[in-house]
Formats: sequence, structure tokens, C-alpha cells
Amino acid sequence: MGEGRKPLRRVSITINGKRYEAEVEPRMLLVHFIREVAGLTGTHVGCDTTNCGACTVLMNGRAVKSCTVFAVMADGAEIVTVEGLESDGKLHPVQEGFVEEHGLQCGFCTPGMLMTSVWLLSRNPDPSEEEIRRYISGNLCRCTGYLNIVKAIRYAARKIREEGVSPIPRFTPEKPGRG
Amino acid sequence: MIPAPFEYYSPSSLEEAIELLERFGEDAKLLAGGQSLIPMMKLRIIEPKVIIDLNRVPGLSYIREEGGFLRIGALTRYYMVEESELVRRRYPLLHEAVSQIADPVVRNMGTVGGNVCHSDPANDLPAVMLAYGAEMVAVGPNGERVIGASEFFRGPYQTDLRPGEILKEIRIPQAKPRSGGAYLKLERRAGDFAIAASAVQVVLDSSDRFEYVGIALTSLGPTAIRVDAAEKVLLGRSSSNLSSINEAAELAYKAAEPVSDLRGPEWYKREMAKVLTKRALLKAVERARSFTG
Ligand SMILES: Cc1cc2nc3c(=O)[nH]c(=O)nc-3n(C[C@H](O)[C@H](O)[C@H](O)COP(=O)(O)OP(=O)(O)OC[C@H]3O[C@@H](n4cnc5c(N)ncnc54)[C@H](O)[C@@H]3O)c2cc1C
Ligand code: FES
Ligand code: FES
Repeated sequence: MGEGRKPLRRVSITINGKRYEAEVEPRMLLVHFIREVAGLTGTHVGCDTTNCGACTVLMNGRAVKSCTVFAVMADGAEIVTVEGLESDGKLHPVQEGFVEEHGLQCGFCTPGMLMTSVWLLSRNPDPSEEEIRRYISGNLCRCTGYLNIVKAIRYAARKIREEGVSPIPRFTPEKPGRG
Repeated sequence: MIPAPFEYYSPSSLEEAIELLERFGEDAKLLAGGQSLIPMMKLRIIEPKVIIDLNRVPGLSYIREEGGFLRIGALTRYYMVEESELVRRRYPLLHEAVSQIADPVVRNMGTVGGNVCHSDPANDLPAVMLAYGAEMVAVGPNGERVIGASEFFRGPYQTDLRPGEILKEIRIPQAKPRSGGAYLKLERRAGDFAIAASAVQVVLDSSDRFEYVGIALTSLGPTAIRVDAAEKVLLGRSSSNLSSINEAAELAYKAAEPVSDLRGPEWYKREMAKVLTKRALLKAVERARSFTG
């Protein structure tokens, strides 16, 4: 148990299929691990008080607010960030949906909104408007008024159903994530 | 915002966690879902020197009916309760309350045990536990202790847990035929804490009279408030008698001790205690009548 006395902890976190190992302070937040250790700055910090959802990532397949998880809690976990959505130069259906339906304006909320959408579609491939609005209620957007975000998610849902693909990207060890 | 530095331990058994808690005493804080603790640490409202992370202690996450209770492990996350078919079908009060805590993303992390131990007057589950007449199972250096919900919630952010104790399990009396409940919560906006909320659980006898009544309020006082007076008024009376239900709602109005704040003025919250309690009672009765077990 003396181990805990060390100021630093070694953690190993897999982000978009690539493993990152580092010695971190226990107080380091997952979002800072993602942005500063892994150098993946697509995940944003908005409110920093667990309200806005800009920092949302997938942790073991579930959307979480990465500003409210310590990196040490994610030791051994599989994280997916917005950078993990595109594959071989092809946009993920939710990304395509946001482009086609104008689901963003300034784009600040978008990475978090996309990750919550991916999680939602992994749970429910054919959500109603009401379900979409309920799922994204922890992700705030100050620009769009949400209407086009809802449309974008419905677009992505249709596309995922048609193509029969898995909403959550799968990574193989041979194909490491960017970063 | 970065929390103050702390030493971090992630025990792999309850015994080890208890030992650490004993060793570090007041300097230590237990970490469950972190959805209240981490924001408070980031704002430096609290600066614990030691964090004991319960997330890697096995066997604290489960939902099952056993020995006359619905048993919920303290580390069970909200989403597990929300997605549990057993809870949805047989424990509508719990299901309705958990599904309204924060937002779906926060619900992927927050835990049932963390909610009751945090004991913020605006936390939704303390009132639910009071209405069910639930029991909290704590473990500490001297073994296990079972604490009734009425003794557990002591005040704002205060529970009956003693130094060195960890909440292990929550026990809700097993759903009987003709039981039902409801949680009515008023929010300013999606995902917010309650302006006011009312938790009601009832059991009806074969002639539709109240055999058990639990009524408790969220965000309407320094801690969740159990409205004993209203429970007593209803016991043994017919559940079709609207004037008894109105009388009980009036007693909720009297029991509420809200303060004016950004979520609304005192008088308004008091009125809401009445309205929500009446509606929750009507809904609970309707559910109880059609619940065959
Ligand atoms: C944006 C937002 C909105 C929210 N809205 C709501 C809401 O509407 N309703 C609501 O009820 N809550 C709400 N919350 C709070 C949320 O539900 C927290 O999850 C909850 O208060 C604490 O649970 P936790 O598992 O996250 O515990 P933590 O934050 O990890 O811990 C909270 C406290 O409980 C103690 N503790 C935890 N587990 C144990 C245990 N097993 N034994 C002893 N002590 C323990 C910790 O030491 C700490 O003091 C909201 C939070 C956020 C960020
Ligand atoms: S930055 Fe994490 S919720 Fe706003
Ligand atoms: S697009 Fe600007 S905040 Fe959502």
C-alpha cells in the first residue's frame, strides 16, 4: 500500500486503439491526459464544471464527461475521442450527418455532441426525436438551437442502419489511432 | 480548474479500503462516481489530502432481489438502475427518480451509494430511500451496521456514517403485490437539480385502503424530509378518498422548509411541495392498483 505515497502514478490508457502510458499526478483529469499527454486536442473543455458536455468521450463504450474523471480512474480503460471517428479518410456517419444537416455553427460543442451521439446510436439505432433530445440533454450548444443537431443524428441513424455498421469505431492493434 | 494535490489509493477489497480510511481519518475522502466530489475538488470547496477510490473494489455493483429486499450495491451506477428491467417493472419510484438525476452522461458515472452518502438536500435518492423505508448497510472496523433511512440522513451533506465506515449496500423492501410509487420532480431546465420534488411509495390492501405510505421531499429543506404526519393521515383510509389525499398534500406543504434561492422563492417551493405530493400520491395509487406482483 506504500505505493500510493508516490506523488506520481503510472497509468495506461488506450485512446482510439493506441496505448498511452505515462506517470501522472493523481489529480490529473482525463481530459488533460487526452489533450496534453496524448496530444489529442479535439476534445474540448467548456464549462469545466460538468455541465456542458464539450469534454464528452467514450470510456469503455459509454459517454462520460472527461473533465470529471481522474486519469487514474481510466487506467486500463478504452477511450474513444472525436479523432477516432474518422477512418481511412472517411467521415463517421455522425460526422457526415452534422455536415449535411448543418449540425454545427461555431463547432465548440461538436466533439462532445458527436461522442454522445455515437453512444446514443450504439444503444438505440433508431431513436425518436424525443429520445435524441433526452440523450443530448447533458451537452449544451449555444449556437444551433439543437434543431439541426437532432436532424444530424437522425441522418446518422439512417445511414448506420442502411450500412449495418457499428456506431462505435473498432480499432485493431495493427491500426493505431492518430496522435 | 485543477484540484489540490492528493495521495491516491485504489484498494482492491473493502477490508483494505476500511483500513485506509482508519489510517487517514479526516484527511481521506472516498471516491465513487466522482460526479459531486470531483467538481467540489476542482472548485477547491474541499481539498482532501487522501483519495480512496472505491471503483476497483469488486462486488459492490449489483441489483438483485434477495431475502425480502431489493439489494443495490453502493457502487451501482445510475444507468444500471435505469436500464434494469427488474427495477423498471417493480420499483417505479426508484426508476422514475434515477432516470431524472442529472443527465444521461452524468448517469453513466454517478452511483446510488454516492448519491445517498453525499446527502445534498437536492440529491434525489435520499427522499426515495425515506419513502421506501429503505436500510443502509455500512461496514467499518467493527463490522456491519444496518441504518434505517430515517436515521441515515442527518443534515446537509451529513449522514449517520461514522468515521471509518463505508456504505456497502442499500436495501429496499421487496415490492409486494398492490404496491406502487412515483417521483415527481420539477426542474428549471433539463439535467438540473430539483426546484422541488416529492417521492411517494404506497401499498394498498384488498379493499384499496392504504396499508403502507411513505412520503418524502427533495430540495425542500436542509435534508430530505419525511412527511410522517401525512403518512399517518392516510394509513387505513381509502385510497379513493380525494379529501384525504388533499389533506396529506397540505401536510407536505406544512412540513417543507424551503429557502429562497436561484431556483425559486420560498412560497413557490412550498406550493410545489403540495402540488407534487398530491400528483405523486395519485400516480402511486394508480400504479399500486394495477401491480399484481
Ligand atoms: C451537472 C450535474 C447535475 C446533477 N444533477 C443531479 C440531480 O438532479 N439529482 C441528484 O441527485 N444529483 C445530481 N448530481 C449529483 C450526482 O448525482 C452525483 O453523482 C452524486 O451526488 C454523487 O454520487 P457519486 O457516485 O458521483 O459520488 P462521489 O462524487 O464520488 O462522492 C460523493 C460523496 O459521497 C461519498 N461516498 C461515495 N460513495 C460512498 C460510499 N460507498 N460510502 C461512503 N461514502 C461514500 C464520497 O466520499 C463523497 O463525499 C448532479 C451532478 C452534476 C455534475
Ligand atoms: S467541460 Fe466537461 S462538462 Fe463542460
Ligand atoms: S455549435 Fe457553437 S456551441 Fe454548438
